[in-house]
Amino acid sequence: MGKVKTPYLLLLPGFAFLFTFFILPIANLAQTSTQTPIAGGDTGQYEQTFRLKNYIDAFVENKEQFGRSFLYALIATALALMIAYPLAYAIAFKAGKMKNVLLVLVVAPFFTSFLLRTIAWKQILGEKGFIVPTLRSLGILSEGSTLTSTAFAVVMGMTYNFLPFMTLPLYASIDRIDPRTLEASGDLYANGFTTFRKVTLPLSMPGVVAGTLLTFIPAAGDYVNAAILGSPSTKMIGNVIESRYFKVVDYPTAAALSFTLMAAILILVTIYIRKAGTEELV
Amino acid sequence: MANKKSLSPEARAIINSQVSRRAVLAGLGGVAGATALAACGGGASSSGAAKDSVRWANWTLYLDLDESGKHYPSLENFTKTTGINVKYLEDINDNDEFFGKVQGQLKLGEDIGYDLVTPTDWMAGRFIRLGYTQKFDKANIPNAKNIISSLAHPSFDPNRESSLTWQGIMAGFGWNKSVNPKGIKTLDDLFAPQNKGKIVVLSEMRDTIGIIAMSQGVDISKITEAQFMNAVDFLKKKIADGWIRGVKGNEYKEDLISGDASAVIGWSGDMFQLSAENAGKFDFAISESGGTISGDNLLIPSTANADGKANAEKLINYYYEPAIAAEVAAYVNYVCPVDGAQAEMEKIAPDLAKSEFIFPTAKTQSRLHVFRALTPAEETSWTEAFQAAAGN
Repeated sequence: MGKVKTPYLLLLPGFAFLFTFFILPIANLAQTSTQTPIAGGDTGQYEQTFRLKNYIDAFVENKEQFGRSFLYALIATALALMIAYPLAYAIAFKAGKMKNVLLVLVVAPFFTSFLLRTIAWKQILGEKGFIVPTLRSLGILSEGSTLTSTAFAVVMGMTYNFLPFMTLPLYASIDRIDPRTLEASGDLYANGFTTFRKVTLPLSMPGVVAGTLLTFIPAAGDYVNAAILGSPSTKMIGNVIESRYFKVVDYPTAAALSFTLMAAILILVTIYIRKAGTEELV
Repeated sequence: MANKKSLSPEARAIINSQVSRRAVLAGLGGVAGATALAACGGGASSSGAAKDSVRWANWTLYLDLDESGKHYPSLENFTKTTGINVKYLEDINDNDEFFGKVQGQLKLGEDIGYDLVTPTDWMAGRFIRLGYTQKFDKANIPNAKNIISSLAHPSFDPNRESSLTWQGIMAGFGWNKSVNPKGIKTLDDLFAPQNKGKIVVLSEMRDTIGIIAMSQGVDISKITEAQFMNAVDFLKKKIADGWIRGVKGNEYKEDLISGDASAVIGWSGDMFQLSAENAGKFDFAISESGGTISGDNLLIPSTANADGKANAEKLINYYYEPAIAAEVAAYVNYVCPVDGAQAEMEKIAPDLAKSEFIFPTAKTQSRLHVFRALTPAEETSWTEAFQAAAGN
């Protein structure tokens, strides 16, 4: 008897936590999303009228920002993968004694706040950073144009900020590959590229899938990078939700947008996992 | 027993659960605890402010602070002369956030923990509209007559019956002098070719749209929806054409310093500090067609008890004393709302007494206007239009 009971009891705190901090807020959000303003009421006063059209209105008004969010998140994820893969590979196979030091370096940015790191990029890409004058003198950047307040800066910021989320699962996955499988591949006359394509990459797929998900999901909902590094024409859906909630005090639209974003991410991720065909994610 | 055996192990576990009673008790304990906490809250609310004290919620860096960063000289002086202890709380960080925090208790008539709050005009308007304030006993605030004329009759409280300005905030043009050697006097000067792509405007709707609308000949104390939307369209077009790089709050200061912005619609106090910190590299002026003036207002919430209210009134009266107002203004650098403070400033900091930022001249004051109070429905739809123009 006791044996049967124990696991459930042990799960209780977890369930209680999830219930309080996930289920309840989600239920509240769902309830808010179909409310409408009280006639003659004050700013921020809404009543439940089960108006599902809130969802359609919210989406239609902001489809541009939705599209932008997914586009930026996709580019940032692809860039992060291109940067993180060689990095994780080098740490796993080539770093030797430096392995732990390098891993600490990958995690090191987390020691400072996300916000501060993003503000730092604003300075790096700003007029007084070294990048803008260099690009100008090389004739790549014209005199009048800048790097901050552009889509480029937003995507760069996102790529940078989510890079460790890509690197760590990739590293975990690549590190587990038995080097002898690579030797075996060589013994079978495969060249470096074929070995990578036929052995390393397939074996590291769980890391690729986990890393891309861990990058894409927060990136699609991110608003800090767009707020700090972007301009009015690079705003993402997160910025809209923030402004609807705090500035316009339009809670129903903010809630409907949040749900739509969650649903969109869920659908995309499901399709992706099906396509990638990786059952074991880690 | 036989029945129980046919049950699944999980079901049996649930039926036989020995913790159930304890769990129920624990649950009750939790409820009891919560009730006790609620009772505590209730207890505190019925008492409110003590007889000789007052609790004041204000924004950060908004009261004279001494070098050590621990003492507020003017407040300590108040306590010394009146015997009233002031609990000074820098609890306001954002109007909406603060409102969200206290509105539940205000609605229920429970003590919010403050006898004096300091929201911005439009939020002060909302407090008054909802009946969340108390009218002043003017006999306790004889110095109320010292308020400067441009702030004396706002539409949200035309006779200043339940609000008085704490500090005034002017919005106008700020610029980098090396990029704009001739300065910026009109909206056309702001949108001059050298500033293309390097303009930042305030995310405070009433300031940015107010200044644009006034340049279109609109009286913002009576602005209509069509006039407002017209100004929003102007903003939208300037953003789409790449003139404006951002619609921001205080962060425009960083952009001016870094050179990413060369001209802004900004706030007087910020520009004063920027200019002082950067060897006069920046300047500020009120638009010739008119600038906005708004303020943060001292209000007594409806939930303050009689003692709290009386003490808050004494405190307001104290800060409307010209000499005291000058002391505060010398520290915060925003528009001093008190007539006569300029003469007092002469005595403590003659250079600041000449500052147009703190003491706008009569000519400047005549160009400052207050954005009219909006109805709740307007507030929502206008803000939405403005936010949409800003990309949100």
